[in-house]
Amino acid sequence: MKGTNLGEFEEVVLLTIASLMDEAYSVNIVDEIEKVTGRATKLGVVHAVLKRLEDKGYISSELGEPTKERGGRRKRFFKISHSGKVSLLKAREQRDQLWNTIPDVVFEGLI
Amino acid sequence: MSRQETPPKWLDRLLSWYCRPDLLEDLQGDLHEYYHRNLSRGRFRANFIYLIDVLKFFRPYTIRRNQTLHSFNPFFMLGNYFKTSVRSLARNKVFSAINIVGLAISMSVGILMITYINELLSFDKFHQNGNRIYRILTTYKGITNDESVDLASTSIFIGRRLQEDYTGIEQLTILRRNFSADLKTGSKIMSAEGLWASENFFDVFDFELVAGNPATVLHDPKSIVITESLSKKLFKEGEPIGRTIELVGQERYGFQSGTITGVVKDPPASSHMQFEMLGSLSTLEHYAAGQEGESFLTSYNSVWMNYVYVLLPENQRVDVIKKHLDQIAAEEGEKYDRFFISYELQNLLEIVPGRDLSNQIGPTVRWNMIYLLVGLTLIVILSACFNYTNLSIARSLRRAKEVGIRKVVGAGRAHILTQFVFEAILVAVVALMMGYGLFLLIKQEFIYLFFQNQEITLDFQWIHLIYFMAFALVIGVAAGILPSAFLSGLKALKVLKDPGSMKLFGGMSLRRMLIVFQFTLSIGFIIGATISYKQYQFAVNFDLGFETKNILNVELQGNDANILMSEFLKIPEVEGISMSGMLPATGEVWGDEAKYKDPMDSVSIHVNYVSKDYLGLHQFEFLAGGTFPYDLKKDEDTKFTIINERLMRRFGMESPQEALGEVLTVDGSKKVQIVGVVKDFQHQRITEGHEPFAFLQGYEDYQVLNLKVASGDMVGFMTKLEAVWKAVDAVHPFRAEFYDDKIQKAYTQYQTYFKVIGFLAFLAISIAALGLLGMAIFTTETRMKEISIRKVLGATEKHLIYILSRGFVVMLVVASLIAVPTTYLLFEHMVLNDLANRIVVGPLELLSGVAVIFAVSMLTIGWQTARAARTNPAEMLRDE
Repeated sequence: MKGTNLGEFEEVVLLTIASLMDEAYSVNIVDEIEKVTGRATKLGVVHAVLKRLEDKGYISSELGEPTKERGGRRKRFFKISHSGKVSLLKAREQRDQLWNTIPDVVFEGLI
Repeated sequence: MSRQETPPKWLDRLLSWYCRPDLLEDLQGDLHEYYHRNLSRGRFRANFIYLIDVLKFFRPYTIRRNQTLHSFNPFFMLGNYFKTSVRSLARNKVFSAINIVGLAISMSVGILMITYINELLSFDKFHQNGNRIYRILTTYKGITNDESVDLASTSIFIGRRLQEDYTGIEQLTILRRNFSADLKTGSKIMSAEGLWASENFFDVFDFELVAGNPATVLHDPKSIVITESLSKKLFKEGEPIGRTIELVGQERYGFQSGTITGVVKDPPASSHMQFEMLGSLSTLEHYAAGQEGESFLTSYNSVWMNYVYVLLPENQRVDVIKKHLDQIAAEEGEKYDRFFISYELQNLLEIVPGRDLSNQIGPTVRWNMIYLLVGLTLIVILSACFNYTNLSIARSLRRAKEVGIRKVVGAGRAHILTQFVFEAILVAVVALMMGYGLFLLIKQEFIYLFFQNQEITLDFQWIHLIYFMAFALVIGVAAGILPSAFLSGLKALKVLKDPGSMKLFGGMSLRRMLIVFQFTLSIGFIIGATISYKQYQFAVNFDLGFETKNILNVELQGNDANILMSEFLKIPEVEGISMSGMLPATGEVWGDEAKYKDPMDSVSIHVNYVSKDYLGLHQFEFLAGGTFPYDLKKDEDTKFTIINERLMRRFGMESPQEALGEVLTVDGSKKVQIVGVVKDFQHQRITEGHEPFAFLQGYEDYQVLNLKVASGDMVGFMTKLEAVWKAVDAVHPFRAEFYDDKIQKAYTQYQTYFKVIGFLAFLAISIAALGLLGMAIFTTETRMKEISIRKVLGATEKHLIYILSRGFVVMLVVASLIAVPTTYLLFEHMVLNDLANRIVVGPLELLSGVAVIFAVSMLTIGWQTARAARTNPAEMLRDE
């Protein structure tokens, strides 16, 4: 599968799931991303990405308890899988490598 | 309060309708959570956002997959279907046999049609440029005729004209028919038939020259190209090219000897033109150039014997040349006022099968005929499919449990449908193989019956395999789709829990309709066959107004009539001999024009040239006068005539006596005196009426010797005749035929109708009888208990048979009520109405079909019901 590389938004969603730990379900993830990145996020977009990540095997999901505000429907909680963690690390490593190749002069005066 | 907090129900329903079940719950939950948040911004707004969200989630990955499509793998269960099908077929041997035999019979006809049509469509395909070769057709209309005739032929004139002044064609060749002659080499004589062809013949067509230069073989006058097989017959050894050969039969063109310039491969059977030899057209043109004035060969209106084929350049449109032809027709048409000629173009590949044209160069088949044959075949095949449908639905109870179990185990409706259609296809394939066997058995008979005059071989080609398989597939689906739909619709629970509640005679009205259809068809076919047979018998035995019995007609084939006559008269069995040009009432017609006192009043008449003894020998009935006073000598012109009543009245002569001695002008300017008037007689086929007719004399015109023969040892007599013939003419085979046989041949059309319809009737009856047998067996089987109880309670055998047959009889009566009037109207208004002499369709003909069908069905049903009625009731009821 070509999708071993993480897209930018996929990476954000995956990191959010990792940071939310046991509280990672769709609505929560949307709220968290909005809070951290400050950009308006739609459920539809996140939902599609979650589906894609699950297909790739980076996250797993299970249904929780029904709640009243959801009309008695259960939440689907997401957990980052081992391969999800590996690909996150790999993405970070790639970036670090790129950072390391940039001479300091490029960012002189900014940092 | 809580009610207010939920989003609209219909949106929830919409979502759960399209969304995949495994995604639905939490997605809907999410949306509800958002809805709750949005409620703070107003209910209306929340509803609106909810609506947008529901619509937005309609995406490829959320959509519910079609359940049946998803789980439907047609190949997965095939092995199992095959096994159950074979078991089920083996279990019901009688029904399987009925189904397979019925289908096989009808499929053999289907195979015949496929092979035949495929063969027709492959005609002339061997010409590489076939799609660019066009034949020029002519429409001719004389001013005295009401209708124009469409001809396959055209004039040599138009061919040469195009060659001279038109550049829009690549090649062009002109053909003329009737190049027949006896070829002599040394001591060998061979008669051969062929065509005249112009020099570019081999540039247009792909007939393969074995020897000779294609560019020049037909260039010079008196050149002959012969086929390989003719060459082998003529010259056992040595090179045929360059040899001089003597010709008998084309003397009028001064063509007594010619040179063999080429040898061509025999034209394939799939060529619309057949020939044994080709003579150079320049021979005729050379002759025409030497004639005074305009020759009948090359004149503009000589459109009856010649054919022009043009090869168009690539990408050339037909209407360009058509426009040019129109222009020529307009230009030339101005010069003539007695007729109109126009041209059309016909592609080579559209000649066989093709449209209805007169003067074809060889036999062809009209599309209408093909449609008719295909239609009739389809009807017969459909009838056989109905048998399958009927029997399968009737016996569906036996399979109901199987369907129930399959459904419980997880089969969907589509699975069951596939299974039973598959079974039907399997039956069709088995029937196909059997049908092919039948086809091989009857193939030669078919060719003999229907395709006598055509180059039809019906040989196997590999492509047929594909057609046959497709055919079996279509038949299988057509036969199996109804019972499959019925069986797959059964409810598993109902079938398994309470099989008794299933409607045993489900689909009864449908089945009744199918049976009625089959009977209607059979009755119609039988009536049709009977009427055609009656009309044929009527035509053959029609009182022509003269005697044809025991008259043997011997073709002169160019021999001197007097010599043969005196030799034949030495044979004691010959009671008398006369000479005639043509044979009346056999479809042959010779025409002329006659004038009486008014030079402007010319009447078209039919004529025959006969000797003095002709009228007595054939016992014509004289109203006045008698036969010719003496026979003409060789070069003498006709001086007398004998006319029929109709011609007499046409010229306004009051009575036969008055007509005697009057003088008519015939054949342009010849004066002839009336010496006799005969009663009107049938000189054309009986489908036509009487026309003005005149007997003339003319030694050169005699073609046939009419021998009045005493009955006796025919075989010995014929041998004697042949010996006499051989002594006079060693070249031509002796050709003689009794007048009555010749008349019969004139009506082969009816005979063919009768045979085709009769054959279809036979098929339809066989299939209907098979179906009926199946239904009768089924009905008696299922009603066995009822019969036994009735018997115990005192019903007689007769009564039981009545009860069991009642249903079938009603269907037969309904079928008769439909078939009889329909067939009657069809024949009365569409087939027989144009004939001058025809039978009256009476109750006998109409009831024949009904009677046959009743007899066949009663036998079939009676056999089964009687067997059931005789069964000992104790045997049946013992186990209860």
